[in-house]
Amino acid sequence: MPDLTASCAGIVSPNPFWLASAPPTNSGDQVMRAFDAGWGGAVWKTLGVPIQNVSSRFGAVRWRGQAGVGFNNIELITDRSLAVNFKEIAEVKRRYPHHAVIVSLMVETRDEWRDIIARSIDAGADGLELNFGCPHGMCERGMGSAVGQEPKVNEQITSWAVEFSTVPVLVKLTPNVGDIVPHGLAAQQGGAHGVSLINTIKSLIGVDIDSFTPQPVVGGQSTNGGYCGAAVRPIALHMVAALARDPAFRLPVSGIGGITSWRDAVEYLLLGSTSVQVCTEVMLKGYRIVEDMIEGLESWMTDKGFDRLSQVVGKAVPQFREWGELDLNYETVAKIDASTCIGCQLCLVACHDGAHQCIHANPDGSRVPVVDEPECVGCNLCEIVCPVPGCISMVEVDNGFPRASWNDHVQVEAALRPKKGAH
Amino acid sequence: MPTPHQPDPLPSDRSETSFADFKPAYAPGQAAVEANRCLFCHDAPCIAACPTAIDIPQFIRKIATGNLRGAAHTILDANILGMSCARVCPVEVLCVGDCVYNHMGVPPIEIGKLQRYATDAAYEQRWRLFEAGPDTGKTVGLVGAGPASLAAAHELRRRGHACTVYEKRALGGGLNTYGVAPYKMRGDRSLEEVDWILGIGGITVSSGVAVPDDLSWAELGSRHDALFLGFGLGADRLLELPGADRPGVEGAVDWIERMKIGSVDLDATRHAVVLGGGNTAIDAVRELCGLGVSSVTMVYRRTEERMSGYAHEWRAAQTQGGRALWQRLPVAYEGEGTAGRVRGVRCVHVNADAQPVPGSEHIVPADLVLVAIGQGRLHDLVAGLDGVVLNGGRIVVDQHGATGRPGVYSGGDCANGGKEVVNAAAEGKAAAHAIHTFLQEQS
Repeated sequence: MPDLTASCAGIVSPNPFWLASAPPTNSGDQVMRAFDAGWGGAVWKTLGVPIQNVSSRFGAVRWRGQAGVGFNNIELITDRSLAVNFKEIAEVKRRYPHHAVIVSLMVETRDEWRDIIARSIDAGADGLELNFGCPHGMCERGMGSAVGQEPKVNEQITSWAVEFSTVPVLVKLTPNVGDIVPHGLAAQQGGAHGVSLINTIKSLIGVDIDSFTPQPVVGGQSTNGGYCGAAVRPIALHMVAALARDPAFRLPVSGIGGITSWRDAVEYLLLGSTSVQVCTEVMLKGYRIVEDMIEGLESWMTDKGFDRLSQVVGKAVPQFREWGELDLNYETVAKIDASTCIGCQLCLVACHDGAHQCIHANPDGSRVPVVDEPECVGCNLCEIVCPVPGCISMVEVDNGFPRASWNDHVQVEAALRPKKGAH
Repeated sequence: MPTPHQPDPLPSDRSETSFADFKPAYAPGQAAVEANRCLFCHDAPCIAACPTAIDIPQFIRKIATGNLRGAAHTILDANILGMSCARVCPVEVLCVGDCVYNHMGVPPIEIGKLQRYATDAAYEQRWRLFEAGPDTGKTVGLVGAGPASLAAAHELRRRGHACTVYEKRALGGGLNTYGVAPYKMRGDRSLEEVDWILGIGGITVSSGVAVPDDLSWAELGSRHDALFLGFGLGADRLLELPGADRPGVEGAVDWIERMKIGSVDLDATRHAVVLGGGNTAIDAVRELCGLGVSSVTMVYRRTEERMSGYAHEWRAAQTQGGRALWQRLPVAYEGEGTAGRVRGVRCVHVNADAQPVPGSEHIVPADLVLVAIGQGRLHDLVAGLDGVVLNGGRIVVDQHGATGRPGVYSGGDCANGGKEVVNAAAEGKAAAHAIHTFLQEQS
């Protein structure tokens, strides 16, 4: 059985699955139930000067009969007194000494940071997470993403926290920036021990078309929220990967964003995360989803021959390149398995209307379409729309041309294969 | 360690092989679509409806994420007979019947088919999911090799107790091998399950040994630290009517067994009659229809509403061409001469108070009559076991399967009077836990 023990920026947990700072980590009772269910760590709901929340706090993307593929919230940081929070953190650490409790923090002045960090560490925090990401409410007060969007401010506050802390400091980054790298580097420059990303994406989840009010509705009005859930994973993966491959960036990463299963978690690990954080799927389904996450990760590692996480972390990073480095002479074509095709012809219409017009009706009258392979550009669209697993596969073609990227072509005039589908 | 493949001891030309699966296996794409429909309910009603309390939403989520091995582990950890139960459970009145989707008018999750998908994978991939516990030096004797004993033995092995199963017949699996309707599961699949369960090691099967005739209770007691009685029910009860010994009149359980492990010749059978209104009767109707008998009639003394067979099973039987005559009481088997083959069942109508209606006698044509009015109890078997008490032919046990004799436990049909495989599995497992506690207290 592989060892799932995780170490992220020196914060050790029995497995890499942490609950993100959010409603599921609002109280000691919740965090202890989560640890009982199998979670390896928890980032406590952000502490700061307790706030007052609104009624109606969440909204969801409803898509083809399911709510929550995308999710947003306008809830702020903790609304419970700091004394109660610290008492509960201490109790959790007393009962669960081997699980990781990371305390998320968001205050303003240097003195406030000094005070709240000292109290967090006194309560037993294994690490701190600086919330420089919240894109709603708190940013209007000069905190959250207002800090994360300004590298100089980020670096400054990070350096205070590192100065005051005796435990590892993670900086939680906001995705509401053009390029994540300078912000990761600012945290590094400030002395952070690691970064966690992404926080939520500034969003407006929907509009009530009967009352003409954006959602979630608060007394006939609304405001922007923070977007999360399965739908944000590709955005988060890109940001994690962009930092992981940047030669100047050297900090450990705790990956966050749309993780719903062990498969999603494996993607984050492969892109360099040493722990992962989950919120939305727990809000939708409960703490017990972690049983499958742990088991699925163990099974996958066993199948691949890995016996510890360090062998997994970052394994996909070298393959993440700039477009100009990709092999323009690599060629694939679609193959349709007639024995499993159900004749829906979604591939045909997708190819005709959405791609390069190389899948056609079968001239023999069968409902199984045919691929015009000399015209097929290998775009994958047909394989994506096909409802039958494994029916359409993208098969590599040996066209005789040696590897040549755009950069090679521009720099050394490497020969490119003839274009396909450019009729 | 995968178990070495045993040669199939069943003849390949047995009658049951002509049946296809009534509920065919899922292909991966079908399983994925169905698994993703599950709501992952909290404190799910489907779990409460399962006698073995399988964490159904959890195993279905694992199928959805591709963690098939984990799904199989969740099922089989709760019920080591999860593979056969996936096929033979009356899910319509258990887990599937309690799926919350029923309250929405949405088709409930096909839990049985998903369970089959995951457990079949475990068998095909030969996953060894459970290990025997460290040897305790204790030994348990189990009488009967049916589902209850197999579930008990496996659970006991996980706790390190040595087990010996005594079976009077040649093959293990009990009614899973000898009695389950073949469109649900064939005998060879049951034998594969027996092998798979025995794969944990440390379970000796002593077949061809009838207790207490071949091996006395005293001898058994001296060999083992605890005993589990899982010997099921006895032979078919027959109606003592005039003509009962005519050729063509036989017990349904007996006939089903011949059809499953041997062959039945129905070439000359035009009209088959099944007497009874329980699930064995309905199974026999469906099997006769499936084997091509053109006229199959169930004769039952009460109304359709009062039959003990499941409504969904009866609907399926009707779809296959079975019909029923309600409120009829058989009074004699008719045929040529005094000992010629049966040609019909003389019946009378009965009223709502089960009283014969005068002048209502008539003959239902039949050249085969299967009697499915229940199985006999095995009173005599436990005669030499002081403290083991019978009530209505059932061995009296507490909720943990303990009989009135210390160290002797029971479960399955001989204790519950005849229920489902899943009940036997649950009772065997519960008894194993109680036996474990008993053995620990002894040491």
